[in-house]
Amino acid sequence: MTVIGWIQIFLYCAIVIALVKPLGGYMTRVFNGERTFLSPLLRPVEAGIYWIGGVDEKREQHWLTYTVAMLLFHVGGFVIIYALMRLQALLPFNPAGQSAVAEDLSFNTAISFITNTNWQNYGGESTLSYLVQMLGLTHQNFLSAATGIALAVALIRGFSRSSMRTIGNFWIDATRCTLYVLLPICVVYTLFLVWQGIPQTLGAYVDATTLEGANQTIAVGPVASQIAIKMLGTNGGGFFNANAAHPFENPTALSNFVQMISIFALGAALTNVFGRMVGNQKQGWAILAVMGVLFIAGVAVAYWAEANGTTMLSSLGLTGGNMEGKEVRFGIAASSLFAVITTAASCGAVNAMHDSFTALGGMIPLINMQLGEIIIGGVGAGLYGMLLFVVLAIFVAGLMVGRTPEYVGKKIEAREVKMAMLAILVLPLMYLGWTAVAVVLPSAVASMANSGPHGFTEVLYAFTSATGNNGSAFGGLTGNTFFYNLTLASSMFVGRFFMIVPAMALAGSLAGKKSIPPSAGTLPTTGGLFVGLVVGVILIIGGLTFFPALALGPIVEHLAMNANTLF
Amino acid sequence: MLREIRPAIIVLLVLTLITGLAYPLAMTAIAGVIFPKQAAGSLIERDGKVVGSALIGQEFKGDGYFHGRPSATVAPDPNDSTKTVPAPYNAANSGGSNLGPTSKALSDRLKEDVDRLKAENPSQPVPIDLVTTSGSGLDPDISPEAAMFQVPRVAKARNVPEDRLRALIAEKTAGRLAGILGEPRVNVLALNLALDLAASK
Repeated sequence: MTVIGWIQIFLYCAIVIALVKPLGGYMTRVFNGERTFLSPLLRPVEAGIYWIGGVDEKREQHWLTYTVAMLLFHVGGFVIIYALMRLQALLPFNPAGQSAVAEDLSFNTAISFITNTNWQNYGGESTLSYLVQMLGLTHQNFLSAATGIALAVALIRGFSRSSMRTIGNFWIDATRCTLYVLLPICVVYTLFLVWQGIPQTLGAYVDATTLEGANQTIAVGPVASQIAIKMLGTNGGGFFNANAAHPFENPTALSNFVQMISIFALGAALTNVFGRMVGNQKQGWAILAVMGVLFIAGVAVAYWAEANGTTMLSSLGLTGGNMEGKEVRFGIAASSLFAVITTAASCGAVNAMHDSFTALGGMIPLINMQLGEIIIGGVGAGLYGMLLFVVLAIFVAGLMVGRTPEYVGKKIEAREVKMAMLAILVLPLMYLGWTAVAVVLPSAVASMANSGPHGFTEVLYAFTSATGNNGSAFGGLTGNTFFYNLTLASSMFVGRFFMIVPAMALAGSLAGKKSIPPSAGTLPTTGGLFVGLVVGVILIIGGLTFFPALALGPIVEHLAMNANTLF
Repeated sequence: MLREIRPAIIVLLVLTLITGLAYPLAMTAIAGVIFPKQAAGSLIERDGKVVGSALIGQEFKGDGYFHGRPSATVAPDPNDSTKTVPAPYNAANSGGSNLGPTSKALSDRLKEDVDRLKAENPSQPVPIDLVTTSGSGLDPDISPEAAMFQVPRVAKARNVPEDRLRALIAEKTAGRLAGILGEPRVNVLALNLALDLAASK
């Protein structure tokens, strides 16, 4: 570890924190339906969409209607992506002449993008046409992100409203998020990325003759416009197979730094939206503090592990940390930091290959995802995931003192705790369950690229990433097989919707309750005690759930790595 | 609930057209005007022919050129489309080795490369980036140490003094941005182009 490395990390945290208030304030105005400085330009477009879509701006929705609207939106998105992939050979914008994508891979990819996972069983530049990248994937990068944010705002309204039957209108939330938040930032961001060197062209792949006379085909495309929303919307699906390690997706140290900031920006700001909407910004800062504690701990371990390298490297006299799978322009510090950020948020973009990380360096991303990606988390998804843990922590605290627990003026009762537990328990069921199935099926074991405990970790990582809607991978695993295409798709689906529906039920039940003023017996939820309590509950629940699986994978591999036992 | 079906179709289609077509096409048009070089892929031409991209690494094998990092990219096997064969710096199929920290295959590969490099230049420790593959397989850069390590070989092959090569490397070394972000590095293609240019003078 170096001083410069740590300066990069702290500079990063400082900038993310500085953005929380301004972005939070702006987003609060957007979701309260107020005017913003972009209204003169965008309001006519917005009103036009409601007019032809038949959306009544004055009508709000019951939580069930809100959820059904959201689900219908996803069904449509699925149909569009699936159809485009199957038909891409017949459609325009296909200079590389890509042929139709197979049924199971199309199915997996469509599920992957509507759930904001962006798991890549396909290699972008070798599989997809420009049209699919734009109309299929770029559009869903926007809409799955907008959906996540809309749902988080709906849950916040559940906390902030008193005795109401409705929690907002899904169509309005999704449209306003897309038009006022995501698009304007992406337009500026895309130009910045092109300036840094990311291609943005509809031209064909370039044939170059290298200095030594060999032929090199260089894949290009409309890359920058997709990378902007891929990062901002914590989607993570790359234009290219190597994702953000590819020099055309992430050409410079500056593009890397800004991409890392954009992964966290909206998710961190949503904690401030929460604080503002429930009437006390300190509530938002307390949640951000919980996230911050877990984040810094993860960065410290991952950076330390990668900078230390492995016994295999040191026995050959190689020093300078574990550079296998990493890019020179990023080095150890920015690669470790990126890995922790991308899995803390449910982004899943990678600027280094996690499969080649050291045992503990690769375990931190795994833990981040297994905790439910609540450290900032996916845009929206992180906040509602964290609020589920908060409900649980408040419940535990209530049990300890023997009072009905309450949070920001709402009594937390049996229904809320049941919904929170349902959402939290369904995740390990998917990733532990499918991992157990995969390691006893010979055909599934054959997909592992590495043997020994590392091979097990590859499988565990795949199902964890899919369930958490992350999309990063231990990329050695051959995921494009019938078994993995279907089981990973089922993990992504359950991980997304079995979390969303209980969260929305929670929103509906909270909105219907009366707000009660704090009394002498109320646990203050803005101080260090509360932060410590939530961190503790997260680590205990998470630890008990997945520690045994980690012991079989990264922990045993760490011991083997130190002894230089090879597989 | 039935009245949600119309917006489900229409709002989805309109937003799809805005974000999936209007936005990327508009950005392509604007970027092509403001940053035409970057938008096309930062291509480098020499004598009117495209020799590569400033951002994409390419394979160098000859003793007279500085070498980049090993690359783990592959291409489909021409004899059997279900298999792949190694194809270093394949810029149409990026990817890393994905070998883990306890992989025997990785250990064997490292040992072989370290031994070869030690034989080439016994006077300096082997820089780690010269034997490890990058995440993309297209890393355009090496560390300044990795460039300096290759000076004796290149100097011998080109019959130029080592000091001139060291000066050239120093000139082509890019530092950290504002002294903080990223790592010091040398773009291998730029260095080799400068090498050819110096030789032709």
